[in-house]
Amino acid sequence: MSAPFDLNDDSVVVIVGSGAGGGTLGTELALKGVKVVILEAGQRHNMEDFVNNEWESFAQLAWTDMRTTSGSWRVHKNFPNLPAWIVKAVGGSSVHWAGASLRFQEHEFKTRTTYGDLDGANLLDWPITLAELEPWYAKAEDRMGVTRTNGIPGLPGNNNFKVFEAGAKKVGYQEVSTGHMAINSQPRADRGSCQQIGFCFQGCKSGAKWSTLIAEIPRGEATGNLEVRPQSMVLKIEHDASGKASGVVYVDKDGKTQRQKARIVAVAGNSIESPRLLLNSASSQFPDGLANSSGQVGRNYMRHMTGSVYAIFDKPVHMYRGTTMAGVVRDEARYDTKRGFVGGYEMETLSLGVPFMAAFLDPGGWGRSFTSAMDGYVNMAGMWLVGEDMPQETNRVTLNTDVKDRFGLPVADVHFDDHPNDVAMRNHAYAQGAAVYDAVGATRTLPTPPYPSTHNLGTNRMSEKPRDGVVNRHGQTHDIPNLFVSDGSQFTTGGAENPTLTIVALALRQAEFIAGEMSRKTI
Amino acid sequence: MTTLIDRRGPSRRALLTGLGAAGALMVSGAAVLNPREAWGLEVTALKPETMRTLIVMARDVYPHDRIPDRFYAIAMKPYETGAATDAALKTLVEEGVITLDTLAKAKHGVAYADVGWEDQRVALLRQIEDGAFFQKVRGGLVVGLYNQEDVWPIFGYEGSSADKGGYIDRGFNDLAWL
Repeated sequence: MSAPFDLNDDSVVVIVGSGAGGGTLGTELALKGVKVVILEAGQRHNMEDFVNNEWESFAQLAWTDMRTTSGSWRVHKNFPNLPAWIVKAVGGSSVHWAGASLRFQEHEFKTRTTYGDLDGANLLDWPITLAELEPWYAKAEDRMGVTRTNGIPGLPGNNNFKVFEAGAKKVGYQEVSTGHMAINSQPRADRGSCQQIGFCFQGCKSGAKWSTLIAEIPRGEATGNLEVRPQSMVLKIEHDASGKASGVVYVDKDGKTQRQKARIVAVAGNSIESPRLLLNSASSQFPDGLANSSGQVGRNYMRHMTGSVYAIFDKPVHMYRGTTMAGVVRDEARYDTKRGFVGGYEMETLSLGVPFMAAFLDPGGWGRSFTSAMDGYVNMAGMWLVGEDMPQETNRVTLNTDVKDRFGLPVADVHFDDHPNDVAMRNHAYAQGAAVYDAVGATRTLPTPPYPSTHNLGTNRMSEKPRDGVVNRHGQTHDIPNLFVSDGSQFTTGGAENPTLTIVALALRQAEFIAGEMSRKTI
Repeated sequence: MTTLIDRRGPSRRALLTGLGAAGALMVSGAAVLNPREAWGLEVTALKPETMRTLIVMARDVYPHDRIPDRFYAIAMKPYETGAATDAALKTLVEEGVITLDTLAKAKHGVAYADVGWEDQRVALLRQIEDGAFFQKVRGGLVVGLYNQEDVWPIFGYEGSSADKGGYIDRGFNDLAWL
């Protein structure tokens, strides 16, 4: 099992966060023989402990530490202290994710070149291409057991998918399937196949869904090179006189402040906590925060253009039975400005239980319009719309110095305004989503506003030139060579696709880079 | 009226109140009673009339004609429990109800819970919907009502499934009407 490393061991790689980015990076490094300490703010649960009850599970898993919001997004009005619906636990949000594993499209790595100079959008090409990432996508798909790759069959479609598929085909969509999912459709990698439980968001109780909690971290620990410390909240990254990262200060499970020395520090706390940590680590040498000479730390916060369409039919659907995200339409993910916007979006089935449907269908809504929709619950089908949103410098994670956490540090404020392109895309997506359901006889469609963000991206973005972003093509910060960013905050732009596969591919690629640099003694 | 939980039977005042528009809900002594559904809720921290109003209001906010009053009463009970120790909450609720009744009496000549039509009561709620009292009640109700497991079957929602082996053999793809 895990070998505990000494606090003064300055040969270890310290990773902050154990989700898709940090958990994968730590495991891959451990497999390569590198000593790793992962500090995870949340608790460690076993999959048997997950709960098939939405609110109870939310209390068990969600990151509910204080955050504030600002801006014109509706989340600020309805959920002012819950900008994001992500996980605080070992495994991070890979415990909660639905499993959709789609590769970015080629042009999505070159948005500035492809889309041009869009007013108000801080577009930038990634410093890497699809061709460079393809072998890492392939490795990630194999690792995660993604359906429809590596000879793995697709999952069977549930009732929600049947309605979605029939409607999509009637309106002429071609690319309709049960998707590329990191959920076992047959036993693989010591994990069983999907039991169609539902409750994918609440942590998979059968182990069919890939997460770093069950599929990566135990492998890393088995090498003896990986130690995961749960309930360890990192407050600050420290550096030496030369400006290199030297370790981190954290509060352990007993409430004691500790200092873990490090050869390398990698930040993977998701796109709100990661920039917050860099900003909270400001020093006299780095008064604007670590790795922030560009001023881009915390900026360009993206959350994907999202929305949902639920539809009510005259007969039962039972959409909640089986995989939460049971299928995808990819036709609208293409680049086609004739629709009135740049970028594209995916349509993916989604279901919520009665408790969360009540909370998210029309937050703040009440009266017969609301309750008659709820009365149609059993006859309801649902889809989520997820597309590329525009990076904007003013969409931003900052430190709210008026509100402190229990350790006395400023909390993160998340400011967001839709770009006009986001609004145009959402309106198009609502209309197309409704058309899919109308085609198979929906009696009512319900355009549902974005939930608190699950895809948080871009706040430490990757750039060719140091002045344009925070990290280089390897996720290495431009300013500090032994400080890395390993989560979705390094995304230069968001693409239309669910981000986890790309996060995992980047983490695997980064692990090779870090291990190589360590053996060459260049870090 | 013989099914009343309160052994004393309905008081004269309760009978009179019960004749109003709030259906089967009535106040007797320190309790809100629903003889039709055969339950009673003791109310001591709040005024019992206040609890009756809250239950009527809860149904007006989230009206589900197939959901019995008792589920709305269960959703509102935390205000009674909370008011016992939280003076600010007690004030918010009691004064909120006074405001609502004042609006109702000015418009309809009777207290809110005794206004005859849902539409009329909803019009009164629209006047206070941005206020702290309404937002507190509505916000609490979203969880307090829809998170009751006994309510889920009314919506056709089956709740926990892993303990039953998931839906792999229980109809995850049984839809046949397309």
